[in-house]
Amino acid sequence: MIAIATSATSSTSLSDRVLAALSGVTDPELDEPITELGFVRSIRIENACVTVHLRLPTSFCSPNFAYLMASDALDALRKVERIGQVVVRLDDHHDSDKINAGLAADAGYVGTFGVEAEESLDELREIFHRKAHTAAMERCAEQLLRTTDVTVDDLHRVTLADVPAGPHKEALLRRRVAVGLGVRPADPLVVSEDGQSLAPEDVPLRLRFAKSVRISMEGNAHFCRGLLATRYGSTA
Amino acid sequence: MYDKDGEKYFVVDAHIALWDGRASNHKNIHGKQFIDCFYDYHKNLSPEEVLWDYDTYTYYGGQRLMKDLFDDGYVDHAIFQPAILGEFYRNGFGQTEEAFGLAQEHPDKLTYNHAYDPRNGEAGLEQLRRDAERMNLKGVKLYTAEWHGDSRGYKLDDPWSRRYLEECLELGIHNIHIHKGPTIRPLDRDAFDVADIDKVATDYLDLNFVVEHVGLPRLEDFCWIATQESNVYGGLAVAMPFIHTRPKYFAQIIGELLYWLGEDKIFFSSDYALWTPKWLVEKFVDFQIPEELTEYAPITTAQKKKILGLNAAAMYDLDVPAELRLPTEAGDASVEVAAGARS
Repeated sequence: MIAIATSATSSTSLSDRVLAALSGVTDPELDEPITELGFVRSIRIENACVTVHLRLPTSFCSPNFAYLMASDALDALRKVERIGQVVVRLDDHHDSDKINAGLAADAGYVGTFGVEAEESLDELREIFHRKAHTAAMERCAEQLLRTTDVTVDDLHRVTLADVPAGPHKEALLRRRVAVGLGVRPADPLVVSEDGQSLAPEDVPLRLRFAKSVRISMEGNAHFCRGLLATRYGSTA
Repeated sequence: MYDKDGEKYFVVDAHIALWDGRASNHKNIHGKQFIDCFYDYHKNLSPEEVLWDYDTYTYYGGQRLMKDLFDDGYVDHAIFQPAILGEFYRNGFGQTEEAFGLAQEHPDKLTYNHAYDPRNGEAGLEQLRRDAERMNLKGVKLYTAEWHGDSRGYKLDDPWSRRYLEECLELGIHNIHIHKGPTIRPLDRDAFDVADIDKVATDYLDLNFVVEHVGLPRLEDFCWIATQESNVYGGLAVAMPFIHTRPKYFAQIIGELLYWLGEDKIFFSSDYALWTPKWLVEKFVDFQIPEELTEYAPITTAQKKKILGLNAAAMYDLDVPAELRLPTEAGDASVEVAAGARS
């Protein structure tokens, strides 16, 4: 549950827009919105200032991912119309002081982490976009295998047009856009790590690996949710 | 030894610790944060009836360890895999002398693996030589996210790390246990990435690389490299307790590991005292892959025997009583490597 506090003068529509902006921020490792994971601890809106506190399942969650989520939240909030001043703070993390100081000073990734940073977190983000796409692809393929007479040996012929509409397909199309793949109906469903078409004989192993990626991401999400609930008790 | 339904299981707990997380040992706030994080793991994944109170959890001592593992926990042999965490704890987190002393007192029951940090350079190499001789080391435990001055992690294929691995070969230390953690330098990359293990496993074929926590949270990447390298193994520390809270997810982990690694390269571990072995052994012997997961074959009694103890016993040359062995050798890394991936 997210604690939301607004002063009498602020409109409820602003808190809705703040929530909507934050729900567009995802945990890159888990590919789920931070609002659904319980990572948004509180939102306070008063005197033309919005303060958002974030929290994570442990003090030792990876600092680079922690920074990505916090800075993405700041970027997303600044795009909200008529929002005024925005403050994002990460609570209870081993790098809280460093990350909060970096966010407050708009220091960027390198400015925040100093000698520990080299260039950027773009490549890291890209890796996890690819994993998210791989998992989404597997869910669609698995759905076809379970609910139609398509077999693994037919999968190399399956295109996006063959994937039935629904949440799995919507998720897949979003992930394809994120990794720079097309969303044309004739595009093949099962593609390699870097989005290339596969030879028919390579499709089963690719799908098998994609299954491992999907299981891994889902398992990590279970673990993170469980730890967050243990750490913050009934407020999680 | 665990005995159930006429089957006898030799149990090796391949990842245990004797730590001191008490406030008196904290060097800074991170000492408190670290043990609190462990305690949340314990609370989140343990059955209610085996929960410890916080004070016991911060320090339990050798006597309690012997009871939990050997009197109550069915364990025949256990292997210390210490984390030093010198930046968080005054006298280290793992209690070297106490654990090593216990292992000396009970050599039939305990093996002491030590830890090193390649960022200690030449002086650390010299220390490793002395430790190897004094402790008769067969294995080491490496935590790549260990903090060290202004560095908060390293990679196994860094030049100094390679020198230490070469020294291990010289010293007869063949079992390299690796625990990946959340920090590394630079932070640009994924600290949990296992590509560095892939590189050193290729370059040092006479070393065994046991990836603790089966690469979690990068299970898929770990499985992938383990199919490429004959000398990469998986330790089930942290994965085991999901057998209670998330049995379906546990079944998927085991199913994936049996598919990619094969039954000879998986080691049981309680990660004591994160969790205690008694309930984990009992539940694992009773465990079966649920029928809804049609993609995985049922797990056999022979596979359980290998995972619970025979695989680690083979790697550490432990003497397994004849009635607890299998008709064929367990832990033979040359067979069934990536069996599923090849078919």
